[in-house]
Amino acid sequence: MSKEPVAVVGIGQTHHVAARHDVSIAGLVREAAQRALADAQLTWADIDAVVIGKAPDFFEGLMMPELYLADALGAVGKPMLRVHTAGSVGGSTALVASNLISSRVHSTVLTLAFEKQSESNAMWGLSLPVPFQQPLLAGAGGFFAPHIRAYMRRTGAPDTVGSLVAYKDRRNALKNPYAHLHEKDITLEKVQASPMLWDPVRYSETCPSSDGACAMILTDRAGAARSPHPPAWVHGGAMRSEPTMFAGKDFVSPQAGKDCAADVYRQAGITDPRREIDTVEMYVPFSWYEPMWLENLGFAEEGEGWKLTESGVTELTGDLPVNASGGVLSTNPIGASGMIRFAEAALQVRGQAGEHQVDGARKALGHAYGGGAQFFSMWLVGADEPAS
Amino acid sequence: MTAASPPEVLRAPLVVEFPFTRSLGPVQSAFLTGLRERTVLGVRTGDGKVLVPPVEYDPVTAEEIRDLVEVAPTGTVTTWAWNPSPRRDQPLKTPFAWVLVKLDGADTAILHALDAPGPESVHTGLRVRIRWAGDRTGAITDIACFEPYEGKTGEAAGPHEGRFADMVTGIIAPARLDYTYSPGRAQTRYINALSERKTVGERCPSCHKVYVPPRGACPTCGVATTDQVEVGPAGTVTTYCIVNIKARNLDIEVPYVYGHIALDGADLALHGRIGGIPYDQVRMGLRVEPVWTEGGRYPDHYRPTGEPDADYDAYKELI
Repeated sequence: MSKEPVAVVGIGQTHHVAARHDVSIAGLVREAAQRALADAQLTWADIDAVVIGKAPDFFEGLMMPELYLADALGAVGKPMLRVHTAGSVGGSTALVASNLISSRVHSTVLTLAFEKQSESNAMWGLSLPVPFQQPLLAGAGGFFAPHIRAYMRRTGAPDTVGSLVAYKDRRNALKNPYAHLHEKDITLEKVQASPMLWDPVRYSETCPSSDGACAMILTDRAGAARSPHPPAWVHGGAMRSEPTMFAGKDFVSPQAGKDCAADVYRQAGITDPRREIDTVEMYVPFSWYEPMWLENLGFAEEGEGWKLTESGVTELTGDLPVNASGGVLSTNPIGASGMIRFAEAALQVRGQAGEHQVDGARKALGHAYGGGAQFFSMWLVGADEPAS
Repeated sequence: MTAASPPEVLRAPLVVEFPFTRSLGPVQSAFLTGLRERTVLGVRTGDGKVLVPPVEYDPVTAEEIRDLVEVAPTGTVTTWAWNPSPRRDQPLKTPFAWVLVKLDGADTAILHALDAPGPESVHTGLRVRIRWAGDRTGAITDIACFEPYEGKTGEAAGPHEGRFADMVTGIIAPARLDYTYSPGRAQTRYINALSERKTVGERCPSCHKVYVPPRGACPTCGVATTDQVEVGPAGTVTTYCIVNIKARNLDIEVPYVYGHIALDGADLALHGRIGGIPYDQVRMGLRVEPVWTEGGRYPDHYRPTGEPDADYDAYKELI
C-alpha cells in the first residue's frame, strides 16, 4: 500500500523576542498553535493528535513540560507525543507528525516546538561539572569554533565569508516580522568589527537567545482538499544520527548529514539539488555553517561551498536563497529553531513568506541539526502534490 | 589461589543545580499573588467546574479560561500517603502526610502536606484547613501546610477579579538533581593511569582505532575495547579556538586557547588548553606535550615541545 501524501495546511509562529515575561510556557505555545489553526481554518476538535518537541528539559529546568501543556494544546483525550533530538528536535518533531499521517494512523496532526530561553540556562545547563574530568568548558561556541577553523583550513576560504553570511541573514530578518533580531542599521563593517567570542567566531556571527514557538498543522490528501490556502506537500523527509565522537568522524561534514540529505533527495526524486531546489532553510547557528552545510547537503562540491556564499548565490536575490527568513542567526528559540526551518520552507512553496518570499519557489529544503553535529533531520516540501 | 580483584570503579557525588525563573502568565500570577493575600483562587471551566489550582486552558474544550473564583481555606482530604522521613526542601521537617485536599467550593483537589501526629490520625474525609506561612511571598509555600480542623464548611465559590496590588508575575524555581556519578571501568582505568602521568587509551579489536579517553566500547564497531595502549605524551594540535568568554565557575583567565590535541598513537583528538605560548601564536599542527601540576588528576594544560610543526597531511584525518 502506498503512503498517504502529507500536506502542511497551517503554520503559526510567535513573534520571537529575547524574553516573553508576559506569558507562561503554556501561553507561549498556545499563541503559535492558535495561529496555525487560524491559518488552516480549523478548530481544536479537528486535531487528532499532538506531537511536541523541545530541547533538553534542563534548559528551563521544567521536567516533561509536555504533560502540563496538554490543556494548552487541546491534547486532552488525544495522543500526545514528545520528541527529543537536541537542536534538531524541531525538524524531527515535524517528521514524526508527518509519519503519523503518511502511515494513515491519523488524518490531521498538530505539531509544535518551543523554547523559552529567557527562563533557561542553555549555555551551561548541559555543561556539567563531571567528577574526575578536567573542568575545561567553553560553551556551544567553543565546541563548534574549532570545526569552523578546520573548515577554513581545509577549503582555503577567505576569513570574511562568515561575516557575509551574518550580514545577509540579518538583512533578511528585516523582511520577516516574526524574526527576533531586527538590526535596522546593520552593515558588513559592523559585523566584521564585532568582538571575537570564540576566535574565529565573532559576536555578530552567532545566534541570539530567543523565546518562541512554532506550530504546523499537517494533514492527509482529504484534509488538503479542504485547505483554504495552498498547502505545502511533503516530498521527502529523513533523520540520521551518529555518535558525538568517534575515530574518523568528520566534524566539518558529518556522514550522517550527507546520508540524511541523500535519503530525502531519493524520496523526492531530486538528482541535482543545486538546480532543482529553489530555496533552503538550513540550521546555521554560527555563520560559517552556511558554506559547511552547502557542501554537506550536496549544493556544492567539497571545498566549494564558500564560493556560493561569496558570489551572492545564497542572497535573497540569488539563485539559491539560503535562510530568506533570517535563519537561526536572527531567531533562536532552540527547540523551535528546527521547526521554524521546516515551516519557513513550507511558507516559501505556499507563496506565503511575505516580504522574504523567494520568487517562484516551488521546492524548498528545511534542515536541522543538533547535539555535537550528530542528529540531522530534513524535509523537502513542494508546491505540487508529489507523484505517487 | 584467588584471582586478583579488579580495581574499584570510581564514584563521586554530582549535584546539578540552577535557580530557574518562570513567568507565570495571568492565571498563575493571580493564584500565587492571592496566596500571598491569604486568598485561594480557582478557575471556572466551560462546564461549570472549579479547578484549584487554576489552569489557563479548559481541559475539556481547550478554550482559554479566565473566570476566577475564590474558594474557602477549608476542605476535605480525598486521599493521602504517610511520609515517615521528610527529605530536603519538603514542606515539613517532621513526618507528615501528603494529602489531596478538595477545598470547599472546588471540584478538584490540591496536593500539599498535612501536619498530623501520625498515620492513625489521618483518613480520607478528614476535614482540614490551610495553615498560612508567616512570611508570604506569592508562592505555593505561602501555604505552610494543612492542619486538621473541626469548624464549619466554607462558603461556596464566589467570583473574584484576581487583581491585587503589586502582582507577582514571576517566580524562581530552583531545580536540583543529586547523582552519584561513576565513569565506569574503562574510564576508571584511564583516570587511574593519569594519576601516574600516563595516558592510556584502548584499541578496538575490530577497526584497530585507539580511543582516548576510552569508553569501554568502540562507538563505530560496537565491540568492547580491551587492549590498553599508552599514547603520547606529546601530540599535535589539530584545530582550536581562542576563547574570550569566561566560563561559569572556571578559574581560567581569558583569552585562552581551547585545542583539539591528537596524542601520538591516538586515533581521535582530545580537548585541552594550550598554554606556554602567546594565545595568538597557537596554530594547527603545533606539537605540544602535557604539563602536570602536583596532585592534579589530569594535565593542567599542554605546551609547545619545540619540535617543528606537524605536516597537515599527517593529522588532517584526525580533525
